[in-house]
Amino acid sequence: MIYRRYTMPSIWEEMNRMQREMERLMQAFLPETGRVSTVFPAINAWTNDEAEIVTVEVPGVDPKDLDISVVNDVLTISGERKPEDPKDDIRYHRRERVCGKFSRSIQLAFPVNADKVTASYENGILKIVLPRAEADKPRKITVKSA
Amino acid sequence: MAEETKSIEIKKETPLAEEKTERIRERRVYLPRTDIYETRDDLVLVMDLPGVDEKNVDIMLEKNVLTIKAYPTFERPENYTLAYAEYGEGDFERSFALSDEIDREHIEARVKNGTLYLRLPKAGAAKPTKIAVKAG
Repeated sequence: MIYRRYTMPSIWEEMNRMQREMERLMQAFLPETGRVSTVFPAINAWTNDEAEIVTVEVPGVDPKDLDISVVNDVLTISGERKPEDPKDDIRYHRRERVCGKFSRSIQLAFPVNADKVTASYENGILKIVLPRAEADKPRKITVKSA
Repeated sequence: MAEETKSIEIKKETPLAEEKTERIRERRVYLPRTDIYETRDDLVLVMDLPGVDEKNVDIMLEKNVLTIKAYPTFERPENYTLAYAEYGEGDFERSFALSDEIDREHIEARVKNGTLYLRLPKAGAAKPTKIAVKAG
C-alpha cells in the first residue's frame, strides 16, 4: 500500500494532527483493544529541501531482520518480528503485540539518491536518511538586469 | 534495572492522592502494547517501548500492583519539518494487578531493541505441583 502525501494548507495539517492525536488518545483510553488496530510499524517523516528523514517504530525487531529498499520516490520497509519465547507451553493472558512478517511502503516527498541513503537503528527506532536526488533539488535562478 | 518496593504499608489516602496528582512533565502518556503470558514457572511480560533504553524505564511493584513507566527519547531532527506522523511524542505508563504470588526476590528485567522483557517467577505456592498418584 502506498501512502500518498498531499501538500496541505497548515490549518488542515494541524487539524489532521489533532485528529491523529484524538485517535491515539481514544485508543489509550480503551486498554482492552490496546492499540492493536493501528498499522505496524508506525512511521514519521521529516523533510527539508535537501533530504527526508523517516523514523519507524520497530520495537522488538532485530536490526538484522530489517530490510529497506528505495525505488524512485517509494520507500519500502519490511522485516520480521520474532516472538521472545518461541516455546509451545506458554499460555497467553494478553496478546497485543503482533509478531511475524510485515511490509510497508510510503511515498516520499521527492525522488531520492538511492546510493546515499543511510539507516540507523537504536532502541527499537529505525531512522532512515534519504538525500534528495540532485536533479530534483530546487535551483536558485538569478535574474539578470538588462 | 528493576526497582521494587517491598510490602510497604499503603496508607488510606495514598491511592486517592495518586489519582489526583498531575504529572510535572507536559507530555502525552501512551499505553504501551503488552503481551502477558505464563509459563510453568514464570509470569512473563513483554512490552513495546520504542525509544527506551535501560536507563529511562522505572518498574515498581507495590503490593500486587506492577507499574511500568518509561520516558523515551524523542528525536526531532534539526532544520526539518514534520511532514507525516503516525506516532507521537510521549511517555509510556501502564499498571497491572498481579493475581498470582510472585517471588519478589528473583524478578528479572531487561530492555533490548526498545522492548521490555520482565520475568516474574511464581512463588512456591502458586507453582503447579504435580501430585503423584499411587496405586492401591
